[in-house]
Amino acid sequence: MNVHHALKGILIALPILTLAACSSTSQTSVSDAEAEAARRAQMERDAAVQVERADQAVTPAERVRQQMEALRQENVIYFDFDRSTIRQEFVESLRAHGEFLRTNPSVRVTIEGHTDERGTPEYNIALGERRAQAVVQYLQNLGVPANQMRTVSYGEERPVDMSRTEAGFAKNRRAVLVY
Amino acid sequence: MRTFIRYSFILILLLSLNVQARSALEIVITEGIDSARPIAVVPFRFEGVNRPTETITEVIAADLMRSGQFNPIPTVRMPQQPHRASDVDYAAWAKEGVEHLVIGTIREAGPDRYTVSFELIDVVRGNAGLSRQMLNQGQLVRSQEHVLEARETTITGNQVRQFGHRISDIVYERLTGTRGAFLTKIAYVLVQRDAEFPFQLAVADYDGANQQILLRSREPLMSPSWSPDGTKLAYVTFEQRQAQIVIQDIYTGRRSVLSSTPGINGAPTWSPDGRKMAMVLSKDGNPEIYVMDIASRELTRITNHRAIDTEPAWSPDGKELIFSSERGGNPQLYSVNLQTGTTRRLTFEGEMNLSGTFTPDGQSIVMVNRTRGRYQIARMDRQTRFMQVLTTTSLDESPSIAPNGSMVIYSTMHGSKQVLALVSMDGRFKARLPAAEGEVKSPAWSPFL
Repeated sequence: MNVHHALKGILIALPILTLAACSSTSQTSVSDAEAEAARRAQMERDAAVQVERADQAVTPAERVRQQMEALRQENVIYFDFDRSTIRQEFVESLRAHGEFLRTNPSVRVTIEGHTDERGTPEYNIALGERRAQAVVQYLQNLGVPANQMRTVSYGEERPVDMSRTEAGFAKNRRAVLVY
Repeated sequence: MRTFIRYSFILILLLSLNVQARSALEIVITEGIDSARPIAVVPFRFEGVNRPTETITEVIAADLMRSGQFNPIPTVRMPQQPHRASDVDYAAWAKEGVEHLVIGTIREAGPDRYTVSFELIDVVRGNAGLSRQMLNQGQLVRSQEHVLEARETTITGNQVRQFGHRISDIVYERLTGTRGAFLTKIAYVLVQRDAEFPFQLAVADYDGANQQILLRSREPLMSPSWSPDGTKLAYVTFEQRQAQIVIQDIYTGRRSVLSSTPGINGAPTWSPDGRKMAMVLSKDGNPEIYVMDIASRELTRITNHRAIDTEPAWSPDGKELIFSSERGGNPQLYSVNLQTGTTRRLTFEGEMNLSGTFTPDGQSIVMVNRTRGRYQIARMDRQTRFMQVLTTTSLDESPSIAPNGSMVIYSTMHGSKQVLALVSMDGRFKARLPAAEGEVKSPAWSPFL
């Protein structure tokens, strides 16, 4: 019904748009006064109708893309120093990722593990992997099949905050879900 | 394989492209020069028209100072500038407290050819009249006992720097009894976060001169390790968005992937005989130590524990590996005998001990020790278990030992930048090598070349 309504709107609007196009192309050859009159007439016609727009039908692929976009906004999970336990505050976000992955079995996700700069690079690679695996484990418990997930640990090699402060270190101790 | 070759083309810019004659890493000595032995490197006399661009005596004096063993006196304090042993006023040098002199001549021998002659002189012996005249086969000759070394070589203009290091090696070995390591190189990772290729693998002379970029990448590079013959580097690359261990020939640029299993492919370390590579893989669930036969790619699993096992390092005889493990709670160092499989815990002091590496004599282990939250370089005697913290900084990592065992190079923080630093094996001498641009990490000292 909505579509029908909108179509009617378009049918009315189309000639107006065409008219407007004509007037704009001829504008350079007519005087200012004539142009002014035409513009006023246009405004009166505009007021006489209400133009509406149809919602574009969302394809399933598009919906997945939109959901993925939304999940990308919330794809970082932070960890305590030298720990790889999932903090309570990230449970909800991980559930959303889990739900999405379960309903879209063709989607693959890479989980990156990162650490702060303290400790040695090799130990941090191991610690980063443990963080990534903690996320994998959590998602598996939510029913996400293992073959949809892949991990990569960057250890301390890709910090997002270079300030070398406690706050900066906290931002670098993270797992990132990359679709 | 084809994509890998393509990647190699995109990523590698070889040798010659970024050769800088001057140091990319400027050495700043921070501690410990007062306890060193006074020596004078007298400016060599030049005979000819076209001087070589590098001043050989500056190279020698800088080497000797950086060794932490010697304190070369400034030119202004020199009572004279002799270039032959027969011209030396021993009393004047003794009065200045100088123990040894390096003197010499550079003679232009042709187009871009120079004959360099030098002598190393013992001031104390010279002053004590030990260079007395004596009879030799019926002839009266002057004893040369106080001339410890006297050599002459012809070189080209661009070999001056290298020959300076050679003289430093000769002087160092003669006066300390230990082989000099001034002709060695370091490999390291240079990080320039804003650059198109932020991660670069570089090699340079041990003093930071002649930096050459061997690889540029958009993704992290880690853990360079030298082959024992000094011609190849093994390292970790993330260029395929996963960790891979790659071997790259330093001189031809040829690369080959050694390991690319799911999960961690890390910490490659060449065995002393060059045939095997110790590494960390997590393909079987969690990080474990493996040894790969490089020719056959056959893997032997060395550790089997659900805790983190990482950072393998070979004993000089190749019979043992040490590694870091969390099996006791916090990471500590362990050793494993490769024949029997016997595993022993080595460290008990401090909250953590990581990144262990043997000294060349196999007597000590250098590591990163964490005590009260500070990560510092420490050395432990294997027999007595006595542990000495060598550094005073607090975010130290990646220690690598000079092939003569005299120094440790490691990465640390200076200001808010990651830089390389040097510390002598006794902890007394310290120096810093900040990069001209960007940050430097993962230093690896080459074997004798």
